[in-house]
Amino acid sequence: MAISKRVVLHFPRPLVDQPIIYRLVKDYNLMFNILKASVTPKEEGLLVLELSGNKEDYDKSMRYLAGVGVDIQPLSRDMYRNEDKCTHCGACVTICPTGAFLVDPDTRRVRFLDDRCIACGLCIKACPLRAMEMRI
Amino acid sequence: MSKTIAEINEKIRKGQAVVVTAEEVIDIVKTKGAKKAATEVDVVTTGTFSPMCSSGAFLNLGHTTPRIKFGGGTAYLNDVPVYAGLAAVDVFIGAGALPDNDPRNKVYPGEFSYGGGHVIEDLLAGKDVRFAATAYGTDCYPRKRVETLININDINDAILFNIRNAYQNYNVAVNLSDRTIYTYMGVLKPNLGNANYSSAGQLSPLLNDPLYKTIGVGTKILLGGGVGYVAWHGTQHNPDVLRSNNGVPRRGAGTLALIGDLKQMKPGWLRGASFIGYGATMVVSIGVPIPVLSEEIILHTAVSDEEILAPIVDYSDAYPNMKPDIMGEVSYAQLRSGRITVQGREVPTASLSSYPKAVEVAQTLKGWITQGKFLLTEPVAPLPGVESGIAIKPLKERVD
Repeated sequence: MAISKRVVLHFPRPLVDQPIIYRLVKDYNLMFNILKASVTPKEEGLLVLELSGNKEDYDKSMRYLAGVGVDIQPLSRDMYRNEDKCTHCGACVTICPTGAFLVDPDTRRVRFLDDRCIACGLCIKACPLRAMEMRI
Repeated sequence: MSKTIAEINEKIRKGQAVVVTAEEVIDIVKTKGAKKAATEVDVVTTGTFSPMCSSGAFLNLGHTTPRIKFGGGTAYLNDVPVYAGLAAVDVFIGAGALPDNDPRNKVYPGEFSYGGGHVIEDLLAGKDVRFAATAYGTDCYPRKRVETLININDINDAILFNIRNAYQNYNVAVNLSDRTIYTYMGVLKPNLGNANYSSAGQLSPLLNDPLYKTIGVGTKILLGGGVGYVAWHGTQHNPDVLRSNNGVPRRGAGTLALIGDLKQMKPGWLRGASFIGYGATMVVSIGVPIPVLSEEIILHTAVSDEEILAPIVDYSDAYPNMKPDIMGEVSYAQLRSGRITVQGREVPTASLSSYPKAVEVAQTLKGWITQGKFLLTEPVAPLPGVESGIAIKPLKERVD
């Protein structure tokens, strides 16, 4: 069965210089699309990937990643809207590159569709009330 | 048909007043006609919830032992500088004030995470705020330094005084340049990537009383979730602009100066805000009641987003360089549809003013009046109208 999932991978320092994603392609036959990549000053790596392939291969690849010490999170947990702070103004709507914010035409309230979110973080500082928070 | 404010207040006291919001009145006038609607409806409530930079608060902190005079010295609240050019223990905190050590736009675009608006939000939330001041010392005010926590519940006075709020209509901001720009109208993407607007439109106070027939100096309003008053016309009040046949301005026009006791306002109804690359400001909630004194007045309140036009302005060149050019006009109905057409291109739109919160403001004020908790006031002086001859001028720079 073919699947496609977005995941957030955290690479602890000893793994930052290892060719790990290469193994996902070579050994597990997965396709990847890099949505975000960064190495922090403390030399921890963060990678947001969309992975597509056979479900069995995907599950094996996750076991491989966990085995070598990569921390794995599903993506949707990463961006979070603080409902106490959001005023539903809509400033975020045109900033989001994937259309994860939608204005309800009846209530004018802004819906956050986290399955569309790629955790790029552009909305964080574009929100005047700073209602969008990234949890890594 | 004509009513007086005194008659309407009598009905409010008895709990018999018919109050509707500026959104609800649109259909009422459409189905019943202005004449019948004006007899039935007594008050129309408006609302807006939007960033308004020319806002701030006067605080009187109480005297220290021995006494100190901040006037001529320096004073800070949570590291945000406050104006101390007054008497001994009065200060003014402006919504746009920033800590001395804020990097501003040195690392562009700056974040402006905490400023004067956030201090006011924290005070209103009942949080302790760090106050620090230095003074030069006098015979009658010998002390030169104070550092303490303060709390809004302990200080003598906290008075919100916003010198320009509730703009009657506003620009739609776009960016014609080839780089992203960071403005008080939000992040504007290059090459007409988006169009940002900021008005409650059909719910906005001054768009429902376009010719200032009822709103004047002394009008009692909802401010910051509590009670406030119109203190004066706001700075840059500019009534003599292009208007539609119904009197509704098609450019930024009238403004209000507002005052109220911060201590009785509600947490969350004044919010510190950070505009990336631009600065800190404050989101203010305002609701103005409009007494339905005549058919003409209810017709004005029945204005809908389709009938209110706003100018499209390029914030990469025309706005910063004071060029009068506009790139066309669009209605708030078009803006709220999510897309407008500019120079033949479809451009996605976003609002900086919260419409759901504006509805909440108008509904809250409606509730207060319906329950007899809020009476209307007679203005003591009108706002300057089109005939006043007031026109805002640019600064003429000169050396003598």
